[in-house]
Amino acid sequence: MSILKRVFNFYVDGFRDMKVGKDLWLLILLKLFIMFVILKLFFFRSKTPSFDSDVDKAMYYREQLTD
Amino acid sequence: MFELIEWSRAQFALTAMYHWIFVSLTLGLGFICAIMETIYLLRGKDPKWKRATKFWMKLFAINFAVGVATGIILEFQFGTNWSNYSYFVGDIFGAPLAIEGIFAFFMESTFFAVMYFGWDRVSARFHLTATWLTAFGTVLSAIWILIANAWMQHPVGMEFNLEMARSEMVDFFALVFSEVAIVKFWHSIMSGALTAAVFVTGISAWFLLKRRSVDFAHKSIRVASLVGLVASVVVAYTGDQSGVQVATHQPVKFAAFEAIYEGREGADLTVFGFLNSEKSVDNDEEVFNGEWKINSLLSLLAFHDMGSFVPGFKDLVYGNEEYGVMGADEKMERGRFAIEQVRRYNEAVKSGDLETKEEIIRLFDSSTEEGMAFHNDYFKYFGYGYLSSPDEIIPPIGLVFYSFRIMVALGVYFIFMFIGVLFLQRKNMLEKYKIVQYILILSIPLVYISSQAGWIVSEVGRQPWAVQDLLPVSASLSSINSANVATTFFIFAILFTVLLIAEIRIMLKQIKIGPQED
Repeated sequence: MSILKRVFNFYVDGFRDMKVGKDLWLLILLKLFIMFVILKLFFFRSKTPSFDSDVDKAMYYREQLTD
Repeated sequence: MFELIEWSRAQFALTAMYHWIFVSLTLGLGFICAIMETIYLLRGKDPKWKRATKFWMKLFAINFAVGVATGIILEFQFGTNWSNYSYFVGDIFGAPLAIEGIFAFFMESTFFAVMYFGWDRVSARFHLTATWLTAFGTVLSAIWILIANAWMQHPVGMEFNLEMARSEMVDFFALVFSEVAIVKFWHSIMSGALTAAVFVTGISAWFLLKRRSVDFAHKSIRVASLVGLVASVVVAYTGDQSGVQVATHQPVKFAAFEAIYEGREGADLTVFGFLNSEKSVDNDEEVFNGEWKINSLLSLLAFHDMGSFVPGFKDLVYGNEEYGVMGADEKMERGRFAIEQVRRYNEAVKSGDLETKEEIIRLFDSSTEEGMAFHNDYFKYFGYGYLSSPDEIIPPIGLVFYSFRIMVALGVYFIFMFIGVLFLQRKNMLEKYKIVQYILILSIPLVYISSQAGWIVSEVGRQPWAVQDLLPVSASLSSINSANVATTFFIFAILFTVLLIAEIRIMLKQIKIGPQED
């Protein structure tokens, strides 16, 4: 059996045999969904304008620092 | 009504404080599991120690799983709410956070899986190695963010690149091995070990109280109280070292620890006091409505010299020529001059004025004598140029003063608590005193309070700075709508509260089930 398949089976069997319960996994998946889908897509989109070059970017931030 | 800066700070504080609840336990519980598993092997695979290890490992896994990735929300906030700050420090933060993400996190996650799923599926020695590596992985994850935080408190190993308008790392080892980073690392990691030790001792005391799994409880308390005693002593020692560093590099924060308005030689330590809310830096009201002081002890703690001068807010805001303390108004003038040079440079780039551009580039080149003089006389105070009043350098005194006392008092309490537990256990009297068992259970929330108080002292105490003396929080913000930040503040408050309640419920369920046979 290839090493990759053994590693894969190790994880699959490990998750299958877990006794702590489905509630924990449901909670983790829900948390990750809220964080990486809802929050990242709808609330934490980058507000920084895009720049053609590093020179333009530096100029923008120098203005931010000095205005 | 809160404005953008207050909402952004409140959101960051809320996220960091909830994140630390999970992190602090993870940091210490991994090592307690590793020690127990080591004993299990050393005792010829004694099944009682295996039961104990597996029980605490289960609680470790719940805490790890619920808490994992909550810190990423802080990184979302860096980019969205604090974009000026993120750009200003990007080069410094980039390397540590990238190392954390790529190396430490994957190491932690890989060996965590072996540790949790691997019982009886890999060799006992390999499993033990995975457990230790998981514990070290959690520390390795924390070390980089602690280095970054230490840099914000004491920026070293960097230079400001005028052309790119950002701080750049010029000496990796100065950054990683800065005295502030080393002390912060040990103080934070050991406070995690202390948290886990109190957690294990408290839950084990519950088992004693219920007369359940008594042998397991004694074994757990023995390991945890030794870890707790060592950790609490190291926390106290590094706390003292940290105090000396703060007195040297962040004197305003130190003045806030003690609510010192007027500096003096042989300064007294206020053990406890009730602050007078009418007191401010520009009036002569009494500082305290009542206090208990110890003569000259503060000078000793601050500089390890009972006769040393400890500056107060008045010295730091208005200056004190006699002791060579420069006032904030003078620093503001110098900071404005440095900012003006950046503005002139920008104008010169836009207009193609090469002569002015070259002149200012020379000023920011610290490899020359002229550049070094400009750095020491002006750029060092860059952040002061953003302040509108000298007294803005003073952080919220009451919050820092009281949090400091809560942290120290509980720190001392934990040292005595663990000495007491070890003594009672050695005399086989721990089961006899129910009051002690109750005290140990009630100490669990206290250790979280002391840990959070420590971060309040560290982070609120350094206000108004995002980067000490170089960038205040007011200049770190993005130009965004405060309503948006307020909305996400409440989303986070609900999300984290739900997570915490869920974690506590899942943990309580597992604790009630107790340690199980294979």
